[in-house]
Formats: sequence, C-alpha cells, structure tokens
Amino acid sequence: MAQLALDGAAVSSRRWRDGHPILWLALSRTLFGVLTLLAVSVIVFAATTVLPGNAAKAILGQTATPARVRALQLQLNLDHSVWYRYWAWLTDTARGNFGISYAARIPAWQVVGPRLANSAVLVLLAGVIGTVIGVGLGALAAVRRGGRADDVLAIVSLGVTSLPEFVVGIGLVIVFATTFWHLLPAVSLVAPGSTAWQDPSVLVLPGATLVIVIVPYILRMTRAATIEALESDYLENARLKGLSPRRLLLVHALPNAIPPVVQVIGLNLLYLAGGIVVVETLFAFPGIGQGLVNAVDDRDVPVIQLTVLLLAAFYVFVNIVSDVVSLLASPRRRLPRS
Amino acid sequence: MSLTADQASTPGGRTRVDRRQWTRLLAAASSGARGRLGLALTAVVVLAAALGPVLAPYSATQFVTTPFAKPSAQHLLGGDDIGRDVLSRLLAGGWVLLVMAVAATVIGLVLGTLAGVSAAYLRGRWDGIIMRTVDIILAFPTIVFALLLVSVVGPKLWLIVLAVGVSHAPQVARVMRAATLEISERDFVKAVELWGVRSWTVMRSEVLPNLSSPLMVELGLRLTYSIVIISGLSFLGFSQPPPAPNWGLMINENRLGLVANPWSVVVPALMIALLTIGTNTFTDAVGRLAIGVGRGSEETAVAGGLAGAVMMGELQQFPLDEGVIEDPEATESREPAVD
Repeated sequence: MAQLALDGAAVSSRRWRDGHPILWLALSRTLFGVLTLLAVSVIVFAATTVLPGNAAKAILGQTATPARVRALQLQLNLDHSVWYRYWAWLTDTARGNFGISYAARIPAWQVVGPRLANSAVLVLLAGVIGTVIGVGLGALAAVRRGGRADDVLAIVSLGVTSLPEFVVGIGLVIVFATTFWHLLPAVSLVAPGSTAWQDPSVLVLPGATLVIVIVPYILRMTRAATIEALESDYLENARLKGLSPRRLLLVHALPNAIPPVVQVIGLNLLYLAGGIVVVETLFAFPGIGQGLVNAVDDRDVPVIQLTVLLLAAFYVFVNIVSDVVSLLASPRRRLPRS
Repeated sequence: MSLTADQASTPGGRTRVDRRQWTRLLAAASSGARGRLGLALTAVVVLAAALGPVLAPYSATQFVTTPFAKPSAQHLLGGDDIGRDVLSRLLAGGWVLLVMAVAATVIGLVLGTLAGVSAAYLRGRWDGIIMRTVDIILAFPTIVFALLLVSVVGPKLWLIVLAVGVSHAPQVARVMRAATLEISERDFVKAVELWGVRSWTVMRSEVLPNLSSPLMVELGLRLTYSIVIISGLSFLGFSQPPPAPNWGLMINENRLGLVANPWSVVVPALMIALLTIGTNTFTDAVGRLAIGVGRGSEETAVAGGLAGAVMMGELQQFPLDEGVIEDPEATESREPAVD
C-alpha cells in the first residue's frame, strides 16, 4: 500500500512537472542554487577563517598587547568550535550583518555597497553593448559565410579570445589615453561619495576592454547557431516559398538561434564577474573587483567574504535566468508534455 | 605492428583507434598553416623564456640605467620604473610563468579527467553527485578563487598553481564525461563488454585511449587559460615577490612610465599576447582536426563550441562524433607493416 502511494506521488509530481516545465525548471534551479550557495559559504568560511594564520594578530598588527588580542579573539568567537563559528557567521550573514571591515573599520557592507553599484553599471553596460555588437556581427558573419567579412571576423575573434584582459586594456590605454591620442582618462578617478555614472568618461576604457573581450564569444556562437538555422529544412522551405533574405534571417533564423546565444551571454556575464577584477585594477575603477584585490592585500576578511559571496550569488542568479530564458525561447520545450 | 595486429583482431563495427592517435593528431595539426603559425609563435616565446636568463645582458634586479630611460644601444628596450634593464628583465621573467601554467594545466586535466571519467563510468547517482560537487567550483570565477586562497596563505606560487588547476577541473570533467559516455556506447566497447571483460579493464584499455583527441584540445585550451589567469594574477601583484622579474608584474610596475618609455610595458604585454595567441591558434588547429570541420553542422560545433564555449569553460558535450580522426592515408601507410 505504502509503495503504491509512493508511486502515486511520484507519478503525480512527474505529471505536475510535465505540465509546468518553466515553473519546474525555475524551482529546481533555485533549489540547486541555494544548495550551491551553501556549499560556497562553507568553502569561503573555511578558506578565510579555518586555515592557519592568527586572525586577531593579523588584524591588530605585531604591536598588539596580549589583552587586546584576547579581547578581539573573544569578539571573533575564536575560542568557540569551528561549527559554532560557522553557524554564527552564516546566520549573521543571512541577516545582512556582514561584519566590520578590518581595514576601514566600518561595516563591510558600507565598503562593498558603493563599489557594487559601480561594478554593476560597468558589467551591465559592457554586457548590453557586447551583446548587441556580438549578435550583430555574428549574424553578419553567418549571412556572409565564407566571404571576406566572415574570414576577417574569424581571425580577429580567434586572436582576441586569446588575449588576457589586461593586455587588451593596456592596448586601449596606449592608443586612446597616452601614446597616440589623449582622448580618454587612463585612470578612472571617481571622487569618494560620487558614483561612476556621474562622469561617464571613466566608464569608457574599462567598459570597452570588457566589450572587446566578450564580443568574440557571442559572435562565434551567434554565427554558428544562425548557420545551423539557415541550413535547416524549415528554412529551405521558407526560402522556396520565396521569402526575402532579410525576412528569412530576422523572422525565421535568428529567433531559433536565441537559446544557445542566451546561454553564451549568460556565460559572458559570469566571465565578466571575474574579468572586472583585473580590468578594474588596471584602470583603478572603484568597483568590487578592485575592492577585492585591495581587501586581499589588507587581509580584510569580512570584505573578502562578502565580495566572494556576492559573486557566487550572481553566478547562481545568472544561471537560473539564462536557463529559464532559453527555455522560454524554445517553444517546443516550453509546451506542456501531454 | 602489434598495434595493427591488435586492431585487426578486435571485433566491432567501427575500427578501433590507434593508441598513438594523439601523435598523429599533433603531426596533422602542425602541418597546416594555422597550426604552424600557432606552433611558431609559441616556440618563439618559449625559447625566449627558457634561454632568456642565460642571454640577458644585465642582471634583472640591478639598477643599470635611469628610470624609464629611452631605448639606447646599451639598453635596447630602455629602463624600467627604478632604472633596471627592461630587456634583461624581459628575458629573465618568463619561465616561471610557463612552468606555473603547465603545472596548473596538468593538475586541472588530471582532476577533471578523474572526475569526468568516473562520473560517466559509475553513472546513476554517483554521476550526479560527482558532477554537482565539481560544479560548485564554477560559482567562483577562477581569479576570485585564487585570490580567496591567496588572502589566507599569501601569494605562494604552489597555491596559485593549485587554485588555477582546481578551477579547470569542472570544465575538463564535463568534456571528459561527455566523451566517455559517447565512446562507451560505441560498438567495439559494447563488444568487449559482452566478452565479460571487467569494467575497469574496458575503461582503461578501450575507452581511455580514445579520449586522447578531446584531451588534446582541453590541454591546449586550459594551457591558454592558465597563462591568461596566472599572468593576470602576477599583474595584480600575486606572484613572485619583487624584485623578481615577471612579465605580468613588469606591466604593472611600468604603467606609470607609459609615456616616457612605452616599451617597458608594450614588450612584456606583447610576449604574453604572442604566447596566448600561439597556444590558442594551435589548439584551434587541433580542435578543427579532432572534430572534423566541414562535416555539416559540426562546423557550428567548432565555431561556437570549441573556441567559444570551451574556452569559456562551459561546453556541455564534446561533439565527438568524428572525434576519431579517420585519415585514410595514415591507415594505408601502416598497412605494409603488417606483413
């Protein structure tokens, strides 16, 4: 009987899943995302607090009196068990209490928050511009397949995908900021308390660097997916019907290229989360990437923890969104299975 | 000879692959224009880095000229931020990067292959557990993962190598898992399984040798990526402590003198660029051969998949349908050796 009931539950849950594929995907991905974040929190905690190194001494410096070291150890719960400390840290973090920055002596959130806004603007800008350019050039390469434009794009994108971001960035600085022209600031100076978008010129070079780095990937995937669609039977049929090439591309081929391209755009956003570390440092752009490098130099554990957790949360979020969007863009998979 | 005899005695629909497949793959890749270019670029930089410490005209750490001195007959690339010879530092500053990148690549390939092949072999629940566990690392951008570890232990070189190697594991694991699954469905593997050969033996002697082409491609991609990340970390100042010369660090140190002596920045950046373009171009040549360009939709796999998604490290399935290079000439040339 119990077995029967279990079977019944399994069948009905499968039925529900088949009836609501999008909801099912979103829910299961969210659940998995939460588990991933928990695992990430364990790794972050373990790396920053369990590994050797006397945290209290590191914070107070060599001249600290034993009494102050002891007081700080108590404050950091260092005399409790690892599990207790992890739980205390996790619950604090979940409540939005991220600790006090060792270097700035203010709550870590106040250190990271303004930087987060600057980085978000930079990543969003680079992501949108990079996507538009990448999809446009990719469709162009697909339509002109085998032509000169296609060849040039293929060679250039192979070259650019090989380059580290800081090499691209240095190249842009040499061309646009120092040696050839002096059009743009080589260093993104942003006064404390103001934000990056109040002086958009500081966004140009870091943004352009990121755009150049992500465009080849989007271009290649768009080209590949568009060619696959252009060569399909249904498109042959549409062509034989006498539809114009423009209509073939825009209405019939490109929409079918959306799912893989969305995945690649998602991957590029994730890539940007790492890429900003080097690019922001190169241009002294006040974002979380540069903040992370500074925090690592200062061993500012709360800021490091918060930054890494934010980046991991971004990873989980982008993964969920890109999966759901590419499902929404493939009607065949979207329909409830009957 | 024993190989060919072995091959002849193996039942199954598709021909069993030569175990020296990877040497043929490399030879074929180096004979094309693309592969030759990649190989030449890589060789130039590797030679400069390996022989550089011997050839350097000055000490890499001594002050022999004025800060940011313009290039001259004595100092071909001028001086750096505190008056050291840029050329000498350039020649001395490459080999550590190369050794670290190779080590990180090997670690990543070993870990990833172990995880991917065992996941594909064990299937079912363990497959899910292994792959999901490995995937957790994906939540950390590589450079952030390295920084997280460095923040605790300090910029130790072995730690950076380990962090970058571990970051490679998920992507390698995905590719190797997909390739293993695909190969274990092939007829010759099924046939050997039906003989009752033990699974691990099948794995070792039938499946693993056939993973060499995806492994070669992964090797190249991971090597390029290792160079990018490790030079990026040294640019950020997380590598050998100064005054040790290092291309990434040189770029950072000399940035302030970009106007006075651009060569102090341009040349190290160029060395890194030539190296990564070289390894990536060669890998592209290998990848095209391994997958077989021009066979219908596989081209899309190369264009989008290989250089794009694998480099991003996310390729779900390695399109291995033509993963075995079937070079009729190579088979023929071996034929006379049988008798």
